[in-house]
Amino acid sequence: MTELSQSNILNWIVFLPLAGALLLFLLPGGSRAVLRWSALLVSTATFVVSLGLLCGFQTGEAGMQFVILKPWIESWGISYHVGIDGISLFLVLLTTFLSPVVVLSTWSAVKEKVKTFMILLLVLECGMLGAFVALDMVLFYLYWEVMLLPMYLLIGVWGHERRIYAAVKFILYTVAGSLLMLVGFIYLFWLGKQSLGYYTTDLLELYRVVVPYQAQFWLFLSFALAFAIKVPMFPFHTWLPDAHVEAPTAGSVILAAILLKMGTYGFIRFAMPLFPNASLAFTPLVMSLAVIGIIYGALVAMVQPDLKKLVAYSSVSHLGFVMLGLYSLTASGVVGGIYQMLNHGISTGALFLIVGLLYERRHTRLIDQFGGLSSRLPIFAFFFMIATLSSIGLPGLNGFVGEFLILLGTFGSAHPGYVYFAASGVILSAVYMLWMFRRVMFGPLENPENKNLTDLNLREILVMLPVTVMMFWMGLFPGAFLSRIEPSVQQFISQYHQKAAVAVQARAEEDRLAKTVEFSTLKEPAVSHE
Amino acid sequence: MISLHQLLLLSAVLFVIGIAGFITRRNIIIMFMSVELMLNAANLALISFANHSGSMDAQLIALFVMALAAAEVAVGLAIIITVFRNKQTVNVDELNILKW
Amino acid sequence: MEPAAVQYDFLRWIVLSPLISCCVIALLGRKLPRVVTGTLASASVGLSFVFGLLGFLQLKSLSGHGEGEAVFLADSLYRWISVGGLTADVAFMLDRLSAVMVLVVAGVSCIIHVYSMGYMAHDKSYWRYFSYLNLFVFFMLLLVSADNLVLMFVGWEGVGLCSYLLIGFWFEDMEKAYAGKKAFVVNRIGDFGFLLAILLIFWNLGTVSFGGIFAQAPRVLTAGSGLATAIALLLFLGATGKSAQLPLYVWLPDAMAGPTPVSALIHAATMVTAGVYMIVRLNVLYLLSPQAMAVVAAVGALTAIYAATIGLVQDDIKKVLAYSTISQLGYMFLAVGVGAFSAGIFHLMTHAFFKALLFLGAGSVIHAMSGKQDIQEMGGLKGKLPATYWTFLAATLAISGIPPLSGFFSKDEILWSAFSSPHGHWAFWLIGWLAAGLTAFYMFRLLFLTFFGTSRADEHTRQHIHESPSLMTVPLAILAVLAVVGGFVGMPEALGGANSFHHWLAPVLASENGTLNAEAAGHFPEAVEYLMIALSVVVGLCGIGAAWWVYINRPGTAEKMADSVPLGYGLLKNKYYVDEIYNIFIVQPVKLTSIYILWKLFDAGIIDGLVNLSGRTVRGLGRVAARLENGYTQAYAITFILGVALLLGALLW
Repeated sequence: MTELSQSNILNWIVFLPLAGALLLFLLPGGSRAVLRWSALLVSTATFVVSLGLLCGFQTGEAGMQFVILKPWIESWGISYHVGIDGISLFLVLLTTFLSPVVVLSTWSAVKEKVKTFMILLLVLECGMLGAFVALDMVLFYLYWEVMLLPMYLLIGVWGHERRIYAAVKFILYTVAGSLLMLVGFIYLFWLGKQSLGYYTTDLLELYRVVVPYQAQFWLFLSFALAFAIKVPMFPFHTWLPDAHVEAPTAGSVILAAILLKMGTYGFIRFAMPLFPNASLAFTPLVMSLAVIGIIYGALVAMVQPDLKKLVAYSSVSHLGFVMLGLYSLTASGVVGGIYQMLNHGISTGALFLIVGLLYERRHTRLIDQFGGLSSRLPIFAFFFMIATLSSIGLPGLNGFVGEFLILLGTFGSAHPGYVYFAASGVILSAVYMLWMFRRVMFGPLENPENKNLTDLNLREILVMLPVTVMMFWMGLFPGAFLSRIEPSVQQFISQYHQKAAVAVQARAEEDRLAKTVEFSTLKEPAVSHE
Repeated sequence: MISLHQLLLLSAVLFVIGIAGFITRRNIIIMFMSVELMLNAANLALISFANHSGSMDAQLIALFVMALAAAEVAVGLAIIITVFRNKQTVNVDELNILKW
Repeated sequence: MEPAAVQYDFLRWIVLSPLISCCVIALLGRKLPRVVTGTLASASVGLSFVFGLLGFLQLKSLSGHGEGEAVFLADSLYRWISVGGLTADVAFMLDRLSAVMVLVVAGVSCIIHVYSMGYMAHDKSYWRYFSYLNLFVFFMLLLVSADNLVLMFVGWEGVGLCSYLLIGFWFEDMEKAYAGKKAFVVNRIGDFGFLLAILLIFWNLGTVSFGGIFAQAPRVLTAGSGLATAIALLLFLGATGKSAQLPLYVWLPDAMAGPTPVSALIHAATMVTAGVYMIVRLNVLYLLSPQAMAVVAAVGALTAIYAATIGLVQDDIKKVLAYSTISQLGYMFLAVGVGAFSAGIFHLMTHAFFKALLFLGAGSVIHAMSGKQDIQEMGGLKGKLPATYWTFLAATLAISGIPPLSGFFSKDEILWSAFSSPHGHWAFWLIGWLAAGLTAFYMFRLLFLTFFGTSRADEHTRQHIHESPSLMTVPLAILAVLAVVGGFVGMPEALGGANSFHHWLAPVLASENGTLNAEAAGHFPEAVEYLMIALSVVVGLCGIGAAWWVYINRPGTAEKMADSVPLGYGLLKNKYYVDEIYNIFIVQPVKLTSIYILWKLFDAGIIDGLVNLSGRTVRGLGRVAARLENGYTQAYAITFILGVALLLGALLW
C-alpha cells in the first residue's frame, strides 16, 4: 500500500464529532439554542475538514490514502490503522455531508432532552466515520458497536408509539449479526496466525491470508449474515420498517442514509475480499436474494398505508440494487453499486426528511390523511417531487446513473439473467413512488386539518436544499465521483479474482497430495503455541 | 477444660440458631441479629481451632471478622433505618422491589 | 462509409435555450408578468428553431442536394459517464434525420407556445405551465439530437416526466393526477425494454454512441439472428410505450386530461412520435432483423385499425383525436415496419402539422364552449368560430387523405410501401386502407357534429360562444398552411414530384441506400401505383360520404345503427374493455398479492412471526427462571444454605 499522505486528517474527521460531544456534555442542558448551534457548528466543521479529503485525494490511485498506522496492542498485532480509498472516500463524505443537515432538521422536531440527543448524534457520527475509515478488524468492530448504541437510544427514547419494540428488535437483530461476525473474526485471526506466522488484525494483512475452502464457507456465512442484516437483505429486513417508523426523523435519515451502507460496505470491504471463493460460490444465492429484495420491497412498499414504511420498504428494494451491483463483479456494476449507495443515502435521506416535515406539521404519517397538499405547499412540493424522481431513477438525477451502471454491470457479469428481473424494479419504483406522491400531493385538498398547513420556512429550505443540489449534481456530473471510485474498484476486482484463483490452486494441490501421500500427513497444520 | 469437641458443638448450635432465625423471622432487625449470631458462631469455631492448634492465624481471622461485623452493623443499621423511614416497615416480605 | 462529423458549436444552444428559459421561469416566474413569461418561453423555443434552421442550412451546404456522403454536425459538451468501457457523453449530433426532427419539434413547439399564451391566459399557474412546457421542449430536443443511446434515454424519460407533469397539471382533480401517473407508469414498462436493449447493444457492440452502433452493428450482428431480433424487439417495446401502440396505448386517451395545447404538442405532434424516430434512427438494427420488422409492421397495422374503430364512437372531442393519434402512429409504425423509413418520418411530419392543428382547433372549440368537450353538446359552431372552422376543415381533409393536402402524400406513400415493399404484404395494405376509410369517417363525424347542424348546447354556454383571440387563431392559420402544403416536399415521383423528402433522408438510411423503392418499382407496373393512389383517395371520399350521410343527410341514423348492434357498439364505446381487463388481470392481482400474501402473510406473518417467536421463546424461558427470583429474602437464604450444604456434602462425601 502506498502511503501518499502522512497527515492525520482522518483523525480530525473521526474525532471532531467526539470532541464536540464532549463539549456538549459540558454545556448546560437548559439552553437548547446553544446546544443546537454547537452541534451544528461541530458537524459543519467536520464536513469542512472532510472536504480536505476531496482536495488531497489522488484520483487514479487505487490503494489506501491518508493512512495512519500506529501500533496499539502490539502483542496481539492490533494496530490503529485508518485510511480511505475510492470505495470509502465518498461514504465518509456522505456521512459528514448529511450530519449537519440532520442536526438542522431536528431544530423543531426534538424538544426534549436536546443535550443528550445532540451528544448521541455526534457520537453516532464518530462511530460511522470510524467504521468507514478503519482498516483494522478490532478497530472496525469497536466502531461498529459504537454506532449501534446511540442509534438504539435515538429510537428508544425519542421514537414514536412502539419505540421500545422497534429499538429492541433493531438491537437484537444487529447484535445477533455482529456477534456472529466477531466469532468469525476470531477464527480468522487464528487462521491468520497460522498462515502468516504472527498475530495481526490488520485488514490489509488479513487480505493476504489464503483461507482454506471449508473454513471460507463458514467464515463467509458469519460475516455475510452480519452485513446482510444491516443492509438489510431479504429476508432479514423486517427490523427496518419498524425501526424507521418508530425512529425520530433524524434517526431515520441516518439509519437509511448511512447505517444501511455499513452492510453493503461490509460486503465489499470484508466479506467479499476476505473469502472470495465462498463469496463466489454464494453469488447466485446473494444475487437471487438481491433481486427478490428489489421486487419484493417494491411490491410491499406499493401497498403501505404509512409514508415511512413505504420509504423503508423502498430502501429494501434500492439496496437490492446495490447488492446486485457489488456481486456483478464487473467494473461498471461495482462502481454503480457504490454510486447507488451514495444515491440512496441522498434520495432516501431526503425522503425521510420530507416525511419528517409532514409529520411535524400534521403528526401523522398515514397517506390517506393527506391529499392535495401541492397547492398549499408549493416549495415543499418541489422538493418532494425532486426527491421522488431521484428515487425513481429519472435520468438527469442521481438515481439513474447508479441504477443504469448496476444493470449494465450485472448484464456483463457471469449471471446476466438477473437483469431482467432487476429492471422490472424500475417499473415498480415508478408505481409506488408516484402513487404515493399522487395520494399525498395531488387531488383536492379535502381534509380540513390540512387547510392551514404552512409551507417550508427558511431553515427547512436550508435542510432540503443541499440534498436537492446533490441530486442534480450527482446526476449531471457523475464523472468527478466515478473517476475516483473506479481505480479502487478495478483493484478490488482483480485482487478478488487473484485470491480466488490462489485458493483454487491450493485446493488442487491438496487434492493431489491426498492422492499420493498418506492421509495422516495432511493433519500437519496444527495450531502452534507461542 | 472444655474440649474442642464441645466448643465446636456450641458453635454449630449457635450457627444453626442463626440460620433458623434468619429464615423464619420476617423482621429485618431480627434477621440482622441472626446474621451476627452466625458470624460469632464462626468466630467461636475459629478461636477454638486456634486454641487447639496453637496457631495465631485463626485468631487473626476472627479479629478480622469482628471488624467486618462492626462495619456491617454500622452500614446495615443505617440502611435499615433509611428503609424504615421510606416504607414505614421492617418486614422483609414487603421489601421486594429494588426501586421505588 | 463512415459518416464525417463536422464540429458545430451552435448545436448545444438548440437544446439549452429552452432549458435556460425553463430555469428562469421556474425561479422567477411567480414575480414576472405573464406577458414576459409567455414571450420568454416562446422566444427560447423560437431561438431553438432558428439554430436548428442554421444547422439545417449548414448541413445542406455541406452535403449539397444529392445523396452523397453522409455528413453530420456534432457538438460535445462534456463526458457524462465513463466507467469500465462505457463512455456516454453529453454530446449532440445533427444529421439529416435529426435536423428534420429538430425543425418539426422546435417549429411546432414554438407555434403551440404562442397559442398557449392565449389559451392559458387566465390560469393561476401560468408560469408553472410554461416552465414545464419549456422543460418538455428541452428534453424532446435532447432526445432527437442526442449522439448516444444513453443520452437519448435521458430525453426519452424526460419527456415522459414532462408529460406526467403536464397531464396532471390541474392536479386538484384526482382523475387528472391519476392519468398523469398512469402515463408515466405505462411508459416505464416500455422504458424497461429500451433499457434492456441499451444493455444488449453495449455488451455486444461495445458502444452506445450512434456512430459506433451504425459502424458495428452490421459487422457484429448477423442478419436475422436471435440477438438482433431481441434488440430490435426490446427497442420496439420502448417505442410501443412512448408511442402508444398495442398493447401499451392505454395511457394516451387518459392523457387528454392535460391542457389542450399540451395534448397537441406532447400527445400528438412530438413526444408520441419519439418511438418512430427511434426506430428510424436505429434502422440499421431493424434491417438486420426481418422478424422484428414484421412485428413492428403488424403491431402498427393492428393499432391503426384498432384505434380507428374505437374512434368511431367516442363523444369527447379530445378522445376522438387521441384515438386518431394512436391510429396514425400505427401508420407510422406500419411504414417503418415495412422498411419505408422515410415514409414513416414523412407521415410523422405531416401528422405533426395536421394533428397539432386539430388539437389546437379543438382547444379553441373547448375554449368557446366554456370547457365542454362532449361533441353531442356542440353543433352549429361553423358560423360562430369561422377561423377555427376553416382551419379545422383543412386539417380534417388532410388527415382523411384528400389530395393535394399533406396527409394524402404521406399516407399514400405508406400504403404503397406496405403493398410494394419487400417487407410488405397485401394484408398490411388492406388493413391500412380500411383504417384510412374509418379515419375519414370518424374525423368528418367529429367535424359535422361540432360545426354543422344546430347548437345542442345549453343556453348559458351558447351565450358565451366566441371566436378565440388572435394569439390563438394565428397559430391555427400557420399550421393550416403547413397542413395544406406540407406534403409537397414528399410528392412521389409517380405524380410528377421530386420526392425531395425521401432523397434528403436517404443517406441517413444508409443500409437502405434508396434501393427499396427502386426495387419495388421494378416489380410493379406504374399502373398499379396509380390504382393504389386512386383507391386510397376513393376510400377517403367514401368515409367522408358515409359520415355526411349518417350525420347530415339522415340525422338519427347513428343512434339506429348503435341500437341495431348493441353488443358491438358497447364494445367500441367501452374501448374493448381493455382498461378493465388490465385492471382485473394485472393491477388488482398484483396489488392484492402484495397486500395479503407478501406483506400481511409473508412479511408480517412468517418472517416477523419467526423473529417474534424467537423473542418470545427466550422471554418464556426467562419467565420460568424468574420464578426463582421471587424477592423473598428467606427464599434466597434457603437456596443459599441448601447450596452450601450440597457443596459441603459433595466435598466431604
